[in-house]
Amino acid sequence: MGMASGRGAWLRWVSITVALCLAGCGPRHGDTLVFWTFGPEGEAVASLLPDFERTHPGIHVEVQQLPLSAAHQKLLTAIAGGTTPDMAQLGNTWLPELVELHALAPLRQHVDATQTVVAPDYFTSIWATNISGGQLYGIPWYVDTRLLFYRSDLLKQAGFDAPPRDWSEWRRMLAALSHPERKVYGILLPTNEYEQLLSLALQQPAPLLRDDDSRGNFESAGFRRALAFYVDTFRLQQAPAVTNVEVGNPWDEFGRGVYAFYFSGPWNVAEFRKRLPASEQGDWATASLPGPDGPGAGLAGGASLVVFRASKHQREAWALVEYLSQPKVQQRFYQLTGDMPPRRSSWNSPLLQNDAAMHAFRDQLERVKPTPAVPEWERIAVMMQQVAARAVAGELTVDQAAAEMDRQADIILAKRRSLLEARQ
Amino acid sequence: MKASRVAWLFLAPALLVLAVFFLLPVLVALALSFTDYDLYALADLHNLRFVALGNYWVLLHRPQFWAALGHTFYFVGMGVPLSLAASLGAALLLHSPLARCKAFFRTALFAPVVTTAVATAVVWRYLFNTKYGWANHLLGMFGIHPVDWLGDPHWAMPTIILFAVWKNFGYNMIILLAGLQAVPAELYEAACIDGASAWRQFRHITLPMLGPTLLMVAILTVSGYFQLFAEPYVMTEGGPLESTTSVLYLMYEDGFQWWNLGVATAEAFVLFLVMFAVTAAMLRLSRKAVA
Repeated sequence: MGMASGRGAWLRWVSITVALCLAGCGPRHGDTLVFWTFGPEGEAVASLLPDFERTHPGIHVEVQQLPLSAAHQKLLTAIAGGTTPDMAQLGNTWLPELVELHALAPLRQHVDATQTVVAPDYFTSIWATNISGGQLYGIPWYVDTRLLFYRSDLLKQAGFDAPPRDWSEWRRMLAALSHPERKVYGILLPTNEYEQLLSLALQQPAPLLRDDDSRGNFESAGFRRALAFYVDTFRLQQAPAVTNVEVGNPWDEFGRGVYAFYFSGPWNVAEFRKRLPASEQGDWATASLPGPDGPGAGLAGGASLVVFRASKHQREAWALVEYLSQPKVQQRFYQLTGDMPPRRSSWNSPLLQNDAAMHAFRDQLERVKPTPAVPEWERIAVMMQQVAARAVAGELTVDQAAAEMDRQADIILAKRRSLLEARQ
Repeated sequence: MKASRVAWLFLAPALLVLAVFFLLPVLVALALSFTDYDLYALADLHNLRFVALGNYWVLLHRPQFWAALGHTFYFVGMGVPLSLAASLGAALLLHSPLARCKAFFRTALFAPVVTTAVATAVVWRYLFNTKYGWANHLLGMFGIHPVDWLGDPHWAMPTIILFAVWKNFGYNMIILLAGLQAVPAELYEAACIDGASAWRQFRHITLPMLGPTLLMVAILTVSGYFQLFAEPYVMTEGGPLESTTSVLYLMYEDGFQWWNLGVATAEAFVLFLVMFAVTAAMLRLSRKAVA
């Protein structure tokens, strides 16, 4: 008796479990497009979608917002588990990695067939970060680069009417504006952010990796020059050796004149407007990066819209990419987030044109360079900064640091090298 | 015979769960640690290579790993005694017949354990800020120069240790308090009649009676502190100059940030062996001390 009722209960449990599983893992509603966003963009895009859904009545978009800190892990886990969304926002340094994993759908034929996404209208280097092995895998959504925020009043007091045009002028300004005995410094360069050194390195003619991107090229004369400039800024006490965790409130310190320059990104335009009192709003401006000899290159950052290869809604996903790529929509997106549009024609909006702080960004975006398109790049950049921080702390000389970077880069790239050799 | 089979049947569900959710993953991880599983292998399994003990060999030649192991030992070596002393001290104070508002203090001292590390880390980062933090403000009142708590590679780990001790001592305190309450009052009464001082009572009654509890608490704390991760993750991100990177932090970076699961699992097994050796040594030493 006990046995029989036990088996009945067992069967019932099995059927309930199976039913629950089917309910949970069953196919989603036919025309729902799942869109992953990372960071604050998710909220903004949600308010752009009603217009899209009105013009595309058959498509329902489900935006899933994920925190940026979990993004990378979440994407790789989804790929490993075969649970990728239909489309996503993707930082352009992660693109080579996802291409290597065969996770992304090629987009060339869509671009060829449309009037909306016009390649030459995009900033050239930004568009190039989406190309891997000759194929196009993403459409730039917004762009990001690092440049100088500076205190125009402090520069004027020190006798400089304009921001620096080249490194030697920049060095003179930093020297004039630094008073380490009063804890006042020329510039803030957080020692755990790699973007600043990377921007200086991209201004050099030598590539960062060599031999088909399979070895580090940090001992090149160009990189050592950039590293020396970076390290000297700390050795001359023109920047404090602090990480961004310790800085706490850089906006307030910038406002109080602790730093005359702040090497940072476009989101800080809105932050400074929000955080500095009205009386100080006239005292800061932005400037494109000075190079070794004249205007310098910057980092081609930003995020693209990608469609996943496994998606069953390729056409619908592309329709949303097209919609979000329209200059009008990009302008609204800029208004909502402060994320800069990747198309030149989107910059024709009065909002961007009448904003003096954005002019330097517009200028810099014509002079940005992409980082090497290898899956290991981000790891190499983090390593580069860790070694550079040791040079800043005085543990290594510039030449030793460059050699150490090459040594570690070669270890990181070992697998890539062996795969390249096997393919030949 | 029959009875033993029934016993196995009763054990079967638990064993099955253990096998599927513990033993199997551990075995797979062990197998993984003999391969170079990485992004390329995730893309195409043909890129997966068997490297035998290669990951372990590379690990033993990697300065970052030894540095991380050193930081972990530093944390355990300093943090565990401090943590136990703080727990025991707090437990003794709470147990004292002179203590008032016991329930309030017990809750207050236990509160850090149940507060999320992220929230407390934000507060601690402000407290230990070089320019604006109260810690330096307090030192300044005694004329001591400000300390770069989280930015100086020599000070970051002590700050992390302080944070971890503060965060965790309440848990052991509760266990030790229960241990103290189990010590028969007659022993103290007899000691009083014999004229033993408070220190001698502590040394010859409290400590021996708490012995087994202390040993268990010490072993749990050691194995917990070896798995240092959350504190540096939320306070310093492993910096400055990687001075707060623990073995587990390195493993997290290698495994989940860079997806080098082969290397990361090898690190996990090395950490397991180290923890196993240390706790086994502790057990043996305590047995010797008893005998």
